[in-house]
Amino acid sequence: MDDITVLKLKGISKTFHGVRANSDVDFTLKKGEIHALLGENGAGKSTLMNIISGLLQPDKGEIFIHGKRQKIQNPRRAIQLGIGMIHQHFMIVPGFTSLENIILGSEPIKGVTIDFQQARRQIAILSDDCGLSIDPDAVTEDLPVGIQQRVEIFKALYRNAGILILDEPTAVLIPQETDTLFKILRKLVKKNISIIFITHKLQEVMQIADSISVMQQGVIKGVFSPEETDEQALAELMIGREVLLKNDYLPARPGKIVFEVKKLTVMNSRGYEAVSDVSFRVREREIVGIAGVQGNGQAELSESIAGLRKIKSGEITLSGRRMPALNPRKMIENGLAHIPEDRLKHGLVLPFSIADNQILCTYYRRPYVHFFGRNPKAILKNSRKLINRFHIKARGPEEAVQNLSGGNQQKVIISREFSRDSSFLIANQPTRGLDVGSVEYVHKQLIMLRDKGLGVLLISSELDEILSLSDTILVIYRGRVCSIVRKEDATMESIGRIMVRGFE
Amino acid sequence: MIATIRSFIIPVGSVIFASLIGGIVLFLSGSDPIEAYAALLKGAFGSMTSITRTLVKATPLMMNGLAVAFAFKAGLFNIGTQGQFIFGAFAASVAGFFIQGVPPVFHIFLALIAGGIAGGVYGAFQGALKAYSGAHEVITGIMCNYIAINITDYLVNHPFRDTSPGNIVARTPLILETSYLPDIEGIPGGFLISLLSAVLVWWVLKHMVLGFEINTVGAGPDAARYSGMRVQRILLITMLISGTLAGLGGALEIQGVEHRFQPGFHTGLGFEGITIALLGRVHPFGIIPASVLIGAMKAGANMMQFSAGVESEIIDIIQALLLFFVTAEVFFKKMIPGMRWQKGEKLSLRAGWGGKV
Amino acid sequence: MITASKAKTDSKDRIFFFLSGILLLSIILYSYWISPLVTVAILTSSLRQSTPLALGALCGLICERSGVMNIGIEGQMLLAAFFGFLVNVWTGSLLLGVISGIAAGMLAGIIFALMTVSMKMDQIICGTIVNLLAAGLTGYFYPTGINATGKLKAYSFPFLSELPLVGPVLFRVSPIVFSTIILVFLVHFLLFFTQWGLRTRAVGEYPRAADTMGINANIVRFYNIIIGGFFAGLAGAFLSLEAVGVFERGMTNGRGFIALAVMIFGKWTPIGAWGAALLFGLALAVQTQLQFDQVLSIPHQFTGMLPYLITIIVLAIFIKRNRPPGSLGVPYEKK
Repeated sequence: MDDITVLKLKGISKTFHGVRANSDVDFTLKKGEIHALLGENGAGKSTLMNIISGLLQPDKGEIFIHGKRQKIQNPRRAIQLGIGMIHQHFMIVPGFTSLENIILGSEPIKGVTIDFQQARRQIAILSDDCGLSIDPDAVTEDLPVGIQQRVEIFKALYRNAGILILDEPTAVLIPQETDTLFKILRKLVKKNISIIFITHKLQEVMQIADSISVMQQGVIKGVFSPEETDEQALAELMIGREVLLKNDYLPARPGKIVFEVKKLTVMNSRGYEAVSDVSFRVREREIVGIAGVQGNGQAELSESIAGLRKIKSGEITLSGRRMPALNPRKMIENGLAHIPEDRLKHGLVLPFSIADNQILCTYYRRPYVHFFGRNPKAILKNSRKLINRFHIKARGPEEAVQNLSGGNQQKVIISREFSRDSSFLIANQPTRGLDVGSVEYVHKQLIMLRDKGLGVLLISSELDEILSLSDTILVIYRGRVCSIVRKEDATMESIGRIMVRGFE
Repeated sequence: MIATIRSFIIPVGSVIFASLIGGIVLFLSGSDPIEAYAALLKGAFGSMTSITRTLVKATPLMMNGLAVAFAFKAGLFNIGTQGQFIFGAFAASVAGFFIQGVPPVFHIFLALIAGGIAGGVYGAFQGALKAYSGAHEVITGIMCNYIAINITDYLVNHPFRDTSPGNIVARTPLILETSYLPDIEGIPGGFLISLLSAVLVWWVLKHMVLGFEINTVGAGPDAARYSGMRVQRILLITMLISGTLAGLGGALEIQGVEHRFQPGFHTGLGFEGITIALLGRVHPFGIIPASVLIGAMKAGANMMQFSAGVESEIIDIIQALLLFFVTAEVFFKKMIPGMRWQKGEKLSLRAGWGGKV
Repeated sequence: MITASKAKTDSKDRIFFFLSGILLLSIILYSYWISPLVTVAILTSSLRQSTPLALGALCGLICERSGVMNIGIEGQMLLAAFFGFLVNVWTGSLLLGVISGIAAGMLAGIIFALMTVSMKMDQIICGTIVNLLAAGLTGYFYPTGINATGKLKAYSFPFLSELPLVGPVLFRVSPIVFSTIILVFLVHFLLFFTQWGLRTRAVGEYPRAADTMGINANIVRFYNIIIGGFFAGLAGAFLSLEAVGVFERGMTNGRGFIALAVMIFGKWTPIGAWGAALLFGLALAVQTQLQFDQVLSIPHQFTGMLPYLITIIVLAIFIKRNRPPGSLGVPYEKK
């Protein structure tokens, strides 16, 4: 490995509305290395990378590229300097083909039109060069996530990027896809491309990185090579206190069936079958986890169960009663609690107060209404009680939910859903985007609820989460349940394989 | 406290800026802005009669402003208030001359109810289009305005034409005096009813379950669905009530002022409703002063035309500017640097065509 | 799958359009065989009626393809009709009139762009402001007692205009009607085969993706709105300088809004929108002809509201099936 520095940051600071996202950050990237930037959600990693890729301007500090001081005013400049950024949420235009997405912004021109022939040739050359294949005419929104990511990598390579920044690239991938990605990265490094790899996953860092910078609350806590450190040390540095990496919960003592789905078939918004012939049951005091790569029908499954999406055929039974489709209120009144996947869109009304959000599903019932209409006293009383019980950090029940942090917003949803007298809970991606402390909190609450006697359906693309919480694990692949495993018999590898292929 | 000050600064500032620029337009077109505005003020507030005239003009404006604001709460842009207003006016006038032999108070209410129902049904039709087909309410609303004009034009020309001898104009007969709205203590009855409507709208939105549902649908349509609200039905009801308010406005205008329906009256009222709703910060009690203000402009316009020779269309220009300044919060943000702004105060309308509800 | 970003159609739809096209064509040929004069009159009239709608739809779709919802087209047209007419009266030149009409449309576009793109105001309200302002300005400055000074005349292409049916319909036309046909195909080509088109569509679907590739989404939107103003301006000039010959208050009569329905019906593609505009035009022309021949004796108020009714029906049926650009109506803000 060469010891040439390609990128150097000195004293970078950035403040948002009085909150320090980065303070006095130094960072060095050497040619042909994979440098991991490790930190938990909200540590300031993305801010730092957005500064490098020209989306943000630092308040203070200097950036050197190949030893020369540079000012990166906008993404265009970053591209010129050979910096390619692969965002966590892909920057791909959904209706475009791979080809169109790759050339967007750097289109080869012939006369007045785009020279598609030339573009095709260039992509073919790149393909051979790096051993990456891609179908230029596929519409990107129809491609699997792993391939979409490859389109993103192509976008950077097409612009001759020498520095590649990947922001949480494995967050949406399954283990096998992650392995493929790592192979690709290794190949790219051999072509003298330098890579910054942003993540909060410790094992990955140990597996792929040549050097590791740990970031906590906007500050770089140290730079290591994987040989001189271990996961436990990195975790403590990253979180700032001692943590348990493994949760060991008491096993469940399942009771009678509270929820059952029989031969459920659901269409997606585009009119294709997204859930096909799915059957399963959830018992009292049991967590059933649904593992699967995102986009294999989980969203449609949970929406149809919650009464938000039409079902084509099949039946849903809750607490022994068959449920009508498309009637969320009936489901709720029969004992459904629901932590929705998109909490900002479905779970909360952002401009509303905490108090109003906490009665969002019961606003029409006593004591929240009385003869003259709504009963603000009862609503506030309920809210104060819940704020105390669930430790929500807020100025008071009247504070607007949009002013809260992500973790506290999730707590508002949990306080609402867990305080109702329910018998069955769907939790869809309940910890996505939360910091470690909040994740722990949510996990504990789920287990507590289970032990209280509820049946829980946990849908998550984090395999760790599924494995550590669930008593029974279902694997969903292309809308079908492909495997039902007891917790004791499940391993990361076997489930990962089913997640990609549908069988072991 | 700060919030209260803030909610005054923008409307008041908007009025000042819009009048300033309106004055520049006047100056550039060769009129004396000071003379024109003085005439306007005199025409609007110069005497008891002119104040009454201002209140009379403010009445339909307030009803339309309330209608627009009510729909705003559910994230709907009811630009069809004009059509709803026209149908309301027509229905009230038909009820006014058709129903005979009922006591005065009773007749007044019958005609008002007829107007409210006509406007409400038309509003609900547009609400249904939005809720069940996803057709954008702005386009359908404007189309419905044209349709309402055409239909009433036909009705006034044929089945309901005033056939009294000597009449050559297409219009309905005069309504019976039993359906006239009286003045109470010198204040036009219609204005009092519109004040009452403002209080009712405030009560519904602030204290009723329906109000909570409407606010939720406006601020978070997906969350509303998630929580079990029937969003489509709420949209429909919102438009029904909004249309009822507009239709009632039409009835008040017929029973209080015009006493008969004649085509081509009050065009452009729907747009004025939007200006008023936004000028009043989409709050029922803000809409009251806002409509009095615009009412004053309209009441004073004649005087301005008469004594300062200024075309009354200058009012339209000033209104467009008002709408601009009220919406362009950025403008004030830059002017008053110390002011903190909260996201929730921003009006939340549905972006895009909204094919899915 | 129906995607707005590509001129793609379901095969089912394709067959449907193909068959109805053939049906329509045979009806036209049949009626030409029965009565050539009336057929030519109807077709000419539908082409004329469709012109402002097609131009308005072009304005709408250039804005919407880049993510801006423009409901101010009505006002842009009205201002253009007004200024085009005034300049024609002052200078006596129809050409100058058309040019200043276009300029007025683009100027209104700049105002709209400043509000929506620079100030990030709500796009629906901005459109309403443009409409109000146009009504106010044209009303306030409306000069009384000006006489019309002529309008753009039809031009006959040599030889081509002698052809049966297509000759008189397509090659004996007035200039704006004819240029509209060319512009439709030009915009279609630009939108799907050039850099401008690719970037416009990218910004309309997912502006942040475009931004990360160094394309300034807000600048693209800004100039697209101004380009759209060109078409709205031309539509306005058509109304006052080619169709009527004078300016009348509120002469656009909702065409700016109908144009948006036309655009949706045509799935945000220029050729599709043109087809939709022609259908609208045809419906209007047939209706006028029937009225003229006294075949139908429906009161004029009912026939007059036909375009508005069709618009509502089109919106109600097609808005769910046709997918609009992804970022439509949402102001783009960097993080």
